[in-house]
Amino acid sequence: MNDKVASCSDLKEEFRGRQAKIAPVNSRIAKLRDQTVRKEPEITPERAVLVTEFYRDNDLTDVSSPVTRALALKHIMENKELSLQPGELIIGDRGPEPKLVPTFPEICTHSPEDLEVLDTREKNPYRVDSETKDIYDKEIIPFWKGKTMRERVFETTSDEWQAAYNAGVFTEFMEQRSPGHTVLGDKIYRKGFLDIIDDIEESKTNLSPDDPNYQAKTEELKGMKIAAEALISYSERYADKLEQEVLTEKDEKRKRELKRMAEICRRVPARPPRTFWEALQYYWLVHVGVITETNPWDAFNPGRLDQHLYPFYKKGLKDGSLTEQRAKELLQAFWIKFHNQPAPPKVGVTSQESNTYSDFAKINVGGVTKDGEDAVNDLTYLILDVVESMRLIQPNFMVQVSKKNPDRYLKRALEVVESGFGQPAIFNAESIIKQLLRQGKSIEDARRGGCSGCVETGAFGRESYILTGYFNMPKVLELTLHNGIDPAKGGRIGISTKDFSSFSSFDEFFEAYEKQLNHFLDIKIEANKKIQKLYAEHLPSPFLSLLIDDCIDNATDYNAGGARYDTSYIQGVGLGTMADALTSIKFNVFDRDNFSLPELVDALDDDFQDREEMLSRINDYTPKYGNDLDYADDLMERTFEAFFEGVDGRPNGRGGTHRVNMLPTTVHIYFGEKCGALPDGRRAGRPLSEGISPVQGADNRGPTAVFKSVGKLDHAKTGGTLLNQKLTPDLLSGDKEKTKLAQLIRAFFRMGSHHVQFNVIGADLLRKAQENPEEYQNLIVRVAGYSDYFVNLTEGLQDELIARTEQRSF
Amino acid sequence: MTEGVIFDVKRYAIHDGPGIRTTVFFKGCPLNCQWCHNPESINPEPEQSLDYRDPFRLNPFSKDNSNLIGEEVSVEAVMEEILKDMIYYEESEGGVTFSGGEPLAQIDFLESLLERCQEEEIHTALDTSGLAPEESIDRIIDLVDLFLFDLKLVNEDSHKKYTGTGNKTILENFQLLRERNPEIELRFPLIPGITDTKENVQGIKKLIRKRSGLSRISILPFHDVEKKYSNLGRDFDLAGVEPPKEKDIRDISDEFEKMGIKVEVGG
Repeated sequence: MNDKVASCSDLKEEFRGRQAKIAPVNSRIAKLRDQTVRKEPEITPERAVLVTEFYRDNDLTDVSSPVTRALALKHIMENKELSLQPGELIIGDRGPEPKLVPTFPEICTHSPEDLEVLDTREKNPYRVDSETKDIYDKEIIPFWKGKTMRERVFETTSDEWQAAYNAGVFTEFMEQRSPGHTVLGDKIYRKGFLDIIDDIEESKTNLSPDDPNYQAKTEELKGMKIAAEALISYSERYADKLEQEVLTEKDEKRKRELKRMAEICRRVPARPPRTFWEALQYYWLVHVGVITETNPWDAFNPGRLDQHLYPFYKKGLKDGSLTEQRAKELLQAFWIKFHNQPAPPKVGVTSQESNTYSDFAKINVGGVTKDGEDAVNDLTYLILDVVESMRLIQPNFMVQVSKKNPDRYLKRALEVVESGFGQPAIFNAESIIKQLLRQGKSIEDARRGGCSGCVETGAFGRESYILTGYFNMPKVLELTLHNGIDPAKGGRIGISTKDFSSFSSFDEFFEAYEKQLNHFLDIKIEANKKIQKLYAEHLPSPFLSLLIDDCIDNATDYNAGGARYDTSYIQGVGLGTMADALTSIKFNVFDRDNFSLPELVDALDDDFQDREEMLSRINDYTPKYGNDLDYADDLMERTFEAFFEGVDGRPNGRGGTHRVNMLPTTVHIYFGEKCGALPDGRRAGRPLSEGISPVQGADNRGPTAVFKSVGKLDHAKTGGTLLNQKLTPDLLSGDKEKTKLAQLIRAFFRMGSHHVQFNVIGADLLRKAQENPEEYQNLIVRVAGYSDYFVNLTEGLQDELIARTEQRSF
Repeated sequence: MTEGVIFDVKRYAIHDGPGIRTTVFFKGCPLNCQWCHNPESINPEPEQSLDYRDPFRLNPFSKDNSNLIGEEVSVEAVMEEILKDMIYYEESEGGVTFSGGEPLAQIDFLESLLERCQEEEIHTALDTSGLAPEESIDRIIDLVDLFLFDLKLVNEDSHKKYTGTGNKTILENFQLLRERNPEIELRFPLIPGITDTKENVQGIKKLIRKRSGLSRISILPFHDVEKKYSNLGRDFDLAGVEPPKEKDIRDISDEFEKMGIKVEVGG
């Protein structure tokens, strides 16, 4: 009687039913939420115009880079429009209004074609009006031609790099956006910007004229100070505006609110926050500063929100200045602020290009305190309520689960997961700490850390951890099988190792793969050093440097190695595909003599045309990663170790180190398009496996087997790994089911694993949504480290999500 | 070496006893219940199915991947599979459940497996129809931590009609177990028009009036498994029968709950 067949209920009803479970919000929040969800993103020329004006109208020949950048920020902050929405409690937007998205022409300039595509594409469009297009044509594009970072990046890279880049061996993060990927620590809750300016002054007095970098450091500190003042004046401008509003506001209650908001803007960021509201507003002003200075990857994020805000929450409740209800409302208002800032779109876009409005700001809760104690508090639960009630794709949200955290907390998080929009992702606090310790961070800094972006581990507030590019491991395998020739184009892009007909053992073959791998990693790492240097020299971030320790003490920019810890990451992609492809070669070619390597390569070149028997051997009779079978899992580990050895510990050229993490975002679709057929039976152009998940549909022994397989990876050697699991709703339906799922996760974490995220939506429902998108506009799914509207995903990504194995209960 | 025929091993079984479990399905059953949800469990021999794709993979490298359901395997091969999820049993206070078919029908194999589990300190549950010689029960009673005992029909004639055999031995074994006092969870398949009659429910209530040692009752509502039968080339006698209504399930659980027994629906 163990075959529990889910009743075939009307899927749409089920979907509606789950939506109806959303906790009610008050009318103010409902209105603001409705506005942000409905409003279509639009490109605003505001920032582009201001920054162009600044560079054009000022003689900057003798002005240092950090001072130039700080003055540019100041110009923007002193001249940008101040938006204020009816009922808003937290002010500040990146554009002149919510969901107006600025551009960063000094990094990369959108072409007229880009703007046209963005305006008209079906998925994730950004509206561009004719006036904006006109401004771009006349002012922006002509001025920046030949001066952008993107152009500098491509000029600095070698022909070899270009060939590998074009073949899809790796991507480059810094050609579209600036370094970032970082997260704020606890600094602003202790210090106002005036205190920070004092720190800058102190650092200046500590500078020694004998220091070979004296000049550069002096300029950096000068830039930092200007940048700090820029944010203070932005806030002062808001205070003035709010005071004006008070005079004309008719509603007494709103009048009092506006008055309070004006007071808050007079207080922060200049001086440290005293209340919950001030703390939230302070963070938000800082956030706007960071994402206006440049366009850093993953925007910015407050990190351990329940830890930072808890003292203010407790104090407010105690002295009666705050209620739980008010705290919740303020947090909901805060959530909406993130959603109001869609990610700036890429350049060189096509309508097919996968994209998302999510900008990957990821809020962390739970875990342990810096002393290693259980960090879960009342505010943690309140924030979980907020996440559940808001149901927004931004901000991204995660729970850190430590052995010390109570089961009730994990189960509450699973309840939110059950509500079915992919949040929160679940992280292992002990694994995060272990990774950071292995990299040499102090235990306190490790415990204060967490994850940002998708799954990237960092020492919050103290580390520059920069993702440099995704790396396509299966493409390297393909090149190894073709002795360095790219079968897609026919040209040589790799090194010549050995002709495929002459490998006599699997180890010999694997050695050739490693040689090819290291060849491309060398190319990538060399270019990384040059590109990062470009940013240090031409596009420092003095504002961001105010916030991350110890940039001020070191008088060195975030982009130049000023942070306490400095890490450059390369993201390995296609681990599951690699494991199965290598298993197929080892098993079928070398162990079983089912076919020869030349026969296999021949079949790959024909995309398995008329190779039914070979395909059946591979698909049905060959072990696969994800089933707790050591044969295949060992090759997953070996793939990882080779990648790790090739990257980990290599200098990044500014005092820091290269490390690996294992995540794809959506690049496994693009990388798949760049690969021909592979030995695991995957057809040409199909998606690769994502993250460290098994190949879609290859894992058929249930969740415990998947977790065991994935647990064999040495997560401590990474800076984050990503595992997707799709669950049928019945695995989470009752208290008993949630308890068992919680225990499953605890066991998974005992193995040292880093992360898991769940989609609790059946393939049937996704298929329906694909067929009738108009009826499923609100369906949110977990993609890869973030959630997004299913209907906005490209068809390839939709298909890939549907194909992922669905874990059900027995 | 003792070998037995099993037709599946399911990991992350969360409805077959406490915690996270691995359920081992024995092939072969002395009963032939019309509603059986695992028709492939009845015949003690391996058999062909139309859509069967070896989900067991005890030997993932076997070249022979026929559509055969059921495989003769050694105790150690099964143990190897059971031990894989040790970390989950520990975390959840789970373990292994022997189900079927009727595990007691392969008593030597079952006893060896139970002994090995005891050695490894794995919690064991036995899902049984209760139809087995008393001697078999004697052999394993001290090795089983939890009995999942199926009670279907109290009336001997009905039992014979719907399961192909009488219930005398089953009821005797039930009483025997109660006297020996191991932990028992009752499993009651709720089959519309067959087991859900007033008389039968009253009869079951009477049987369990003394509730010592009964940890709970699981009500297992009927659902249509015609496809499984047609894949085996068999007819499903209860094709077209509707699953019991929510309200009927609730009413019957209420009756048991009123006796002070914990009730779970869906097992």
